[in-house]
Amino acid sequence: MNDMLSRNFAEVHSGLTPTEAMDESNRCLFCYDAPCIKACPTGIDIPSFIRKIATGNLKGSARVIMEANPVGATCSRVCPTEQLCEGACVLNDASKPILIGMLQRYATDAAIRSGERLFAPGPGNGLKVAVIGSGPAGLSAARELARFGYAVTIYEAKEKPGGLDTYGIVSFRLPQDVSLWEADQLRTMGVEIRTGVRVGVDLPPEKLLAEHDAVVLAVGMGRVPALGIQGEQLKGVYDAIELIESTKTGIYAGDLDGARVVVIGAGNTAIDAATCAVRLGAENVKIAYRRTRSEMTAYDFEYRFAKEEGVEFRWLTAPKRIIGDESGKVTHLECVRMKLFPEAGKDGRAVPVPIEGSEFRMEVDAVIKAIGQTRLTGLIESYGLEHERGVVSIDPATYRTSHPKIYAAGDVVFGQGCGEATVVSAAQQGKLAAYAIHRELNQQSAETA
Amino acid sequence: MADLSVDFAGIRSPNPFWLASAPPTNTGYQVQRAFEAGWGGAVWKTLGNPVINTTARFAGLHLGAQRVAGFNNIELISDRPVEANLREIYETKKRFPNHALIVSLMVDPKREAWHEIVKRAEAAGADGLELNFGCPHGMAERGMGSASGQVPALVEAQTGWVKEAARTPVIVKLTPNITDITSTAVAAVQGGADAISLINTINSLMGVDLDSWNTIPHVAGKGAHGGYCGPAVKPIALNMVAECARHPEVNVPISGIGGVSTWKDAAEFMLMGAAGVQVCTAAMHHGFRIVEDMIDGLNNYLDEKRIARVSELVGRSVGKYTNWGDLDLSYRIVARIDNETCINCNKCHIACEDTSHQCIERHADEEGQPFLTVREEDCVGCNLCSIVCPVDGVISMVELPSEAESMTWNERQTALALLAKDREEPSAKEVAQP
Ligand SMILES: Cc1cc2nc3c(=O)[nH]c(=O)nc-3n(C[C@H](O)[C@H](O)[C@H](O)COP(=O)(O)OP(=O)(O)OC[C@H]3O[C@@H](n4cnc5c(N)ncnc54)[C@H](O)[C@@H]3O)c2cc1C
Ligand SMILES: Cc1cc2nc3c(=O)[nH]c(=O)nc-3n(C[C@H](O)[C@H](O)[C@H](O)COP(=O)(O)O)c2cc1C
Ligand code: SF4
Repeated sequence: MNDMLSRNFAEVHSGLTPTEAMDESNRCLFCYDAPCIKACPTGIDIPSFIRKIATGNLKGSARVIMEANPVGATCSRVCPTEQLCEGACVLNDASKPILIGMLQRYATDAAIRSGERLFAPGPGNGLKVAVIGSGPAGLSAARELARFGYAVTIYEAKEKPGGLDTYGIVSFRLPQDVSLWEADQLRTMGVEIRTGVRVGVDLPPEKLLAEHDAVVLAVGMGRVPALGIQGEQLKGVYDAIELIESTKTGIYAGDLDGARVVVIGAGNTAIDAATCAVRLGAENVKIAYRRTRSEMTAYDFEYRFAKEEGVEFRWLTAPKRIIGDESGKVTHLECVRMKLFPEAGKDGRAVPVPIEGSEFRMEVDAVIKAIGQTRLTGLIESYGLEHERGVVSIDPATYRTSHPKIYAAGDVVFGQGCGEATVVSAAQQGKLAAYAIHRELNQQSAETA
Repeated sequence: MADLSVDFAGIRSPNPFWLASAPPTNTGYQVQRAFEAGWGGAVWKTLGNPVINTTARFAGLHLGAQRVAGFNNIELISDRPVEANLREIYETKKRFPNHALIVSLMVDPKREAWHEIVKRAEAAGADGLELNFGCPHGMAERGMGSASGQVPALVEAQTGWVKEAARTPVIVKLTPNITDITSTAVAAVQGGADAISLINTINSLMGVDLDSWNTIPHVAGKGAHGGYCGPAVKPIALNMVAECARHPEVNVPISGIGGVSTWKDAAEFMLMGAAGVQVCTAAMHHGFRIVEDMIDGLNNYLDEKRIARVSELVGRSVGKYTNWGDLDLSYRIVARIDNETCINCNKCHIACEDTSHQCIERHADEEGQPFLTVREEDCVGCNLCSIVCPVDGVISMVELPSEAESMTWNERQTALALLAKDREEPSAKEVAQP
């Protein structure tokens, strides 16, 4: 990784010092039937792990976290804790909520440093499961299945495991070491992670299905879709996810130093791309969004972070066309101002409508597209799975798809009112899919026995 | 995974964590819940003559943000019928045959009374008996509890009576409200005790309300001294356990009680000679679930130290506890301050300046940044600065190579005496030469 990246992309928040961790863990009330536990999608026994920090049982603490959440180290850094555990802390009313995320990071950091294996695999049960995709959903399903005694193989298209945790969430919030450690924990449990294998390209999907007792589809989503406007092919137009990935892998070779940048979109990806651009030396970074702050899908903490990093926001602004010079390089972004129609659209949000004649141009050197992710419909259809515009249909109780042997979890099912596109809900869904598989295969073997 | 099981004076328990005789062990419902939560044993709330309890019984000492640093109570022994208790003891033992169930007893200092209650408790299935010679309030006014427990002869006699009737191991629970705990510990052993447990609660008055001028707690405007326990009493309890453990005549297992709240406390008590521990206040503060981390933490600690069985911890530090006169006067440590991590609160400076040996100096560098230095030649190595320092690791007490040969006070006195004798009788020494 080049010097600039390792310098500018170092983790923003340092962890708690031992003194801070001791003070903060002793502040926790150790509530009984605590609301924070219910607010965590993976149901981590938060008071228990915090008490273990207070008693000096750091290994035990990390085990409590990782037991409920196989990507608990990642989550300690990227979860919207204000909305989840910390938002539910009873001390919100009496004083200040406990810094649950930071304490979670303190305990898991210690486990990362120790390098010890936290969980043993279950005694082998002779059954085989394939997991496609090694993001949080895939890792989580694989970990639970390994603990039940399944022989688990993960197939991952990329060179390294971890999904968006490894390639998509900016290093200054989530360094790669963290998600790679989580994947390594699985390896120490005997889970085979075959990287560099794209199912459907390097391996026929049917073969996988034939060779395993069940398959977990945890492939997430694809790249950023096209804006569908003129000028998208110009030099200086970036796909946010590819841009972030290039900074995480150290192959970034773009030219954002001193650039004026506009990011289009206002979700997690837009914020990460914008703050990323700041760290790549951009002179000015604006986020253009066609609605307003209240409709923005990025979390409050992300918005605040972007503001602190100097990112500007242009609300009610939609791109119309990207303009370039003769050499094919971006020079301007033409936008149009929008108006919100209060009656909600299909997704329940107010509908933005262009104000006629309000077009204007911004001088820019780069445009970053961050308007969501496409769906991996090809693979989904190669298995003949029912889906709705690329969102795989599942039974919400079991995460089973329309194919009886195939289960799906994580972003690949996001969009059906199924959790949120977050690491923590992907992890929980992975667990639930694993439990459903275990129930099903157990029952089958009981019937045939 | 280390083996946490213990054999305490012949009583087997899956782990060294027992609930002490107190409100947590008042009923079968509670003890069974505790066993389900993971407690290895329980000492049932003391049985004896019928009593009536007051309302308003407890008070807590809160120090800053720390709630229940200390705890005080004026509760007596069980106020439920003995028959009901015995029935529940029987049921509990039947449901949990592998857990340790000890019944605590307290009756009038009469031989027949002890014989009778011992037989009934054993008939109900008790794995062992604990004699409550410790309760410092209420019962003591009636000649029981610590009133008996403060008189070595009474401890010895009553223990002897119990041993005449008992078939299960007899544990004598000692009161700390006495000048020398080993005197009653030895008396218990001489009376035939199979083990001792300590400490019961310490005489205390929690406070006075500054508006009503009532005691805390009060019963209709009046108060009486209570028994003190919880984290604050641990050092007192630990010393008493250690004094018993290193006493040559106290050669029976010890159950450590007093302020045990975490696995670390338990490990310390065991290192100082306790073969197991009992807990009351911490369970009352947080519920039975605290035992999960006690077990987990102790397990991880033993694994880390590569110790296979918890019993191997017992007594490992006793040899390090001695008389002041046997401490090496040539050993020298001094304070070192790490100015990199120091936050400049100056607490160490003022503590040393006002109340110790005036050797922490305040300075400023060229940029006016404050920093502190220790004048090592004047530092007596008292530890005060490192105790008041709010940040771990900033002040370390470092050992200096000692300038003189190792020498204890006792050795010094012996040497001086020899020297004086030499001077007085020079010829005697010459005669003594071989
Ligand atoms: C920029 C950005 C920032 C984000 N920030 C946050 C945040 O702060 N907090 C938060 O909770 N969430 C955040 N998210 C969302 C979060 O990353 C996702 O919700 C989560 O990673 C989804 O997990 P998953 O396992 O379903 O999919 P992914 O993490 O996408 O993993 C899917 C994996 O499957 C692999 N794969 C795909 N197709 C194949 C194939 N055919 N064969 C083999 N392998 C394949 C992919 O290579 C990938 O490794 C962010 C997302 C982005 C893009
Ligand atoms: C409310 C209360 C009631 C108690 N009752 C008894 C009792 O009936 N018999 C007894 O032997 N000890 C009794 N004790 C003392 C405890 O068993 C124990 O020795 C003491 O509390 C010290 O332990 P701790 O610091 O863990 O609380 C009582 C303690 C409390 C707080
Ligand atoms: S704990 Fe509270 S509610 Fe329960 S008995 Fe005591 S005073 Fe009553």
